[in-house]
Amino acid sequence: MKPFAYERPDDAQGAVATVSADPGAAFLAGGTNLVDHLRLGLATPSTLVDVTGLTSTEITDAPDGGLSIGAGVRNADLAADERVRARYPVLAQALLAGASGQLRNMATTGGNLLQRTRCAYFQDLTTPCNKREPGSGCSALEGWARHHAVLGATHEPADVACVATHPSDMAVALAVLDAQVRVLGAEGERTIPLSALHRLPGGEPSRDTVLAHGELITAVDLPPSPIAARSTYDKVRDRASFAFALVSVAAAIEVVGDTITDARVALGGVAHKPWRATAAEEALVGAPATDDTFRAAARAELVDARPVESPRGGTAFKLPLVTAAVTAALRGLTGREEHA
Amino acid sequence: MTLTPHAMGTAVPRPEGPEKVRGRAPYAFEHPAAEPLYLFPVQAAIARGRVTAIDTSAADALDGVVLVLTPETAPRLSDAIDPDHGVLQSAQVHQHGQYVAAVVATTSETAREAAELVRVTYAQEPHVAALDEDSPELYGPDTLVTGAPSDDTRGDPDAALAQAAVTVRATYRTSMEHHQPMEPHTTVAVWEGGRLVVHEATQAVSWTRQTLAGAFGLAEDDVDVVAPHVGGGFGSKGGTHPNTVLTALVARAVPGRTVKYALTRQQMFDLVGYRPATIQHVALGADADGRLTAITHDVVEQSSRIQEFVEPTAAFSRGMYEADTRRTSHRVAPLDIGVPTYMRAPGEAPGSFGAECAMDELAVALGVDPIELRVRNEPEVDPEEGLPYSSRNLVACLRRGAELFDWSRRDPTPRSRLVDGWWHGSGVAAATFPVVRFPGSEARVRAARNGVAGNGSGAPRYVVEIAASDIGQGAWAALTAIAADALDVPVERIDLAIGDTAFGSASPAGGSSGTTSWGAAITEAAERFRDKYGDDPDDGDAADATTPDNPWAGEYAMHAYGAHFAEVAVHADTGEIRVPRMLGVFAAGRIVNPLTARSQFLGGMTMGLSAALHEESVLDDRFGHVVNRDLAGYHIATCADVGRMDVEWLDEDDPYVNPMGSKGIGEIGIVGAAAAIANAAHHATGVRVRSLPITLDAFL
Repeated sequence: MKPFAYERPDDAQGAVATVSADPGAAFLAGGTNLVDHLRLGLATPSTLVDVTGLTSTEITDAPDGGLSIGAGVRNADLAADERVRARYPVLAQALLAGASGQLRNMATTGGNLLQRTRCAYFQDLTTPCNKREPGSGCSALEGWARHHAVLGATHEPADVACVATHPSDMAVALAVLDAQVRVLGAEGERTIPLSALHRLPGGEPSRDTVLAHGELITAVDLPPSPIAARSTYDKVRDRASFAFALVSVAAAIEVVGDTITDARVALGGVAHKPWRATAAEEALVGAPATDDTFRAAARAELVDARPVESPRGGTAFKLPLVTAAVTAALRGLTGREEHA
Repeated sequence: MTLTPHAMGTAVPRPEGPEKVRGRAPYAFEHPAAEPLYLFPVQAAIARGRVTAIDTSAADALDGVVLVLTPETAPRLSDAIDPDHGVLQSAQVHQHGQYVAAVVATTSETAREAAELVRVTYAQEPHVAALDEDSPELYGPDTLVTGAPSDDTRGDPDAALAQAAVTVRATYRTSMEHHQPMEPHTTVAVWEGGRLVVHEATQAVSWTRQTLAGAFGLAEDDVDVVAPHVGGGFGSKGGTHPNTVLTALVARAVPGRTVKYALTRQQMFDLVGYRPATIQHVALGADADGRLTAITHDVVEQSSRIQEFVEPTAAFSRGMYEADTRRTSHRVAPLDIGVPTYMRAPGEAPGSFGAECAMDELAVALGVDPIELRVRNEPEVDPEEGLPYSSRNLVACLRRGAELFDWSRRDPTPRSRLVDGWWHGSGVAAATFPVVRFPGSEARVRAARNGVAGNGSGAPRYVVEIAASDIGQGAWAALTAIAADALDVPVERIDLAIGDTAFGSASPAGGSSGTTSWGAAITEAAERFRDKYGDDPDDGDAADATTPDNPWAGEYAMHAYGAHFAEVAVHADTGEIRVPRMLGVFAAGRIVNPLTARSQFLGGMTMGLSAALHEESVLDDRFGHVVNRDLAGYHIATCADVGRMDVEWLDEDDPYVNPMGSKGIGEIGIVGAAAAIANAAHHATGVRVRSLPITLDAFL
């Protein structure tokens, strides 16, 4: 643990200016991930800029019928909001599936998006990790990789390999809702689609998002989404509570007669980012709402999947698990009783 | 003598409860000290080799750093100590995470920062950290950690298996597990002149004193160890670990200053012991009626290269069932990892998984109900010692559990009950744990009729002192009840004092032995007191006693028994596992305090649930350390994993075990619980999982 300066600017612009000007500075919101990293020696900022109170803590109705969520809104408050529960149940469910009550009371909307992977080797300073120490190698490839990726990972070359997953549940729900992220930077404000906020590791696994140093998330906008009123978040994990997803499914579906007319699917626990399952969505629309369709759609999404084949516990089991979880989630939404 | 129960058997609230609830009961780290110093260690980043250089200059230069100790500068310890306790005594590295230096500073943050600034250079050597049953390094130990022989063969089990009408042969695996009490291991040490005073999170103040006196070449009287309240232990706080020796060593270099060291959660995975992983080859042979003709239980398990610890895994199979022939054996893989230690029901917990799953497999193979199979193999006398039982009510536990669990309505066909998308099944397993009495606990009873403890005129109060430990199990309440009955007074007249070597020597809170060992000493002291002073003593009258030998030892086999029932639900699509219901029925002698006993049983069952579904220390053998080293990575069961949990116990009147008629209850709750869940998972799905923890991938 390295000593650091602590600053509390008067406004978001001041916070952005301070962090932008100092490569060693970092934003502090709820602190539920960053404070752990300080203790572990994983984050060594010279200055912490506390943004508590500098971004909105309100959830407001947008003119288009959507909602705007201030970056400072706590996870617990977002999950409890009546409008979120009625209009975007997938989001409320995802939030409540995450962490614990105590953590949700602290964690903010902006901070949740920017939490980092829980890969054991990333969090352990004594083991190689390309995300933490670029070029040092990936310990997970042949290590304990139960929580790791099957989609979009970098398996080689060794000096950039990364099979980490993004741990957020909330972000998976936001991906399926086509959320937009508002960001304030030294150059001004910009808006990024949620599904473009997080990166795949590519050749630069140390970068989780497309944000520049000093850019601050100020709000998340949800567009109106009639389909979302019938949506679900199904999280499959090793423990019934307080565990990260092995695989999670955020889904919304519209069925007319027996035919699927619209579908939204996103996956968590499978990639370096919340994974919008567009191939699955394409396979669903126009098809009959049956288990066979749901399974085929999941498999369509997995065509390019590549599990971690580790002798110490890889992710091959996630291929059938994704198929099972997508099938169960969509079956649940369509209210049918058919089982594997 | 046998006590007449008045307080025993009634719900006695924890006398220390109000203080704990108010946050006023001091745990080790909270012991107040003037200007304490804080220790933070530097830990080895390799599993085996040698430290070639340590550069402490950046740490030394930091404001607030008082001292940086290295193997070159550390005070010397006695040579006559366990290898694991030789902290900072040589440059050799024998495990990842080993202490290689330590910083003391005026704040904990500074100590931690300085420790990160210490630069260590190593000469690395090849290490072995994977448990491999084909390893050429496997060896047969002389004894188990209990002192029992490693191997035991009766008759010719291989021949019996060859001739058996029905056989089951299977290999079961259990994981390395870490204890993880809420209160981390903590030491607060100060040297006052030639004396060492330690506040310690320990299950055994006397053992800690003994270890520290040995390490520093002191008389035991020159070491005080104090632990009135301990925030959980599960066995890791039974033995003394390098952290305690390190803190005392560092404190020696700053005499008169108090040094505090509480382990981080990550460090709890490095240096304070664990339950070793096991590989268990079990074979059962039976005649067509289901009578066992052979039991073999052959185990390969982890230990540390520098210090042997042999988990008594197969010991469970030595006495549980009648069988014509029998073999139990243990082979140990010496690895370059930390030293294992006792963890709740060492041996019985992992061993019962293999043995009780195999019984279930045999029941399926025979087409016999698993309860009936156990009843048919109930021994007349203890198969291990040939002694009659002081009391054995396994069958009664099974029968009562069956009644409570509606067992008679169970369709034995696997994968036959699908409810709302979940496969449901039920399973049973048996449990046992020996009655353990450790010698040497010193108890003192003293009358107090004046001053703070008495009022001079009314009825006398009794101060009862013993260096027992309460790690949450309820010793404060149980010993108060025993003392009250032994002195034939109400509990309100007892002032118990425990957790301090000032009260003499005492055995640990371990081996489910506390109530037996401490209670027998208190009863003996009370008897002497009453013989000498009657019921109207003068202020200051006192009598002492040490745990007496049990006159019935060697005449009777003494064990507690139990039966676990579990209902398991497995998601038909995703394989997720939940346990809607668990039931434990136990026969464990007189239950001294039903209030805390229920928690003991439930806690054991919960730990068994946790072992069944979650607990696994993932040892990455490339590096030699556990990589899921926090409570987000190392899962312990949550309330959401289980529905209803019920505990019931049967009344047993056993005059042979001890004056209280009690058997230990701290550990039996975990024994067999994981097997009941695995057996239920098989009944639910038809999939037999022989490796713990049971995770959803098994059912995909």
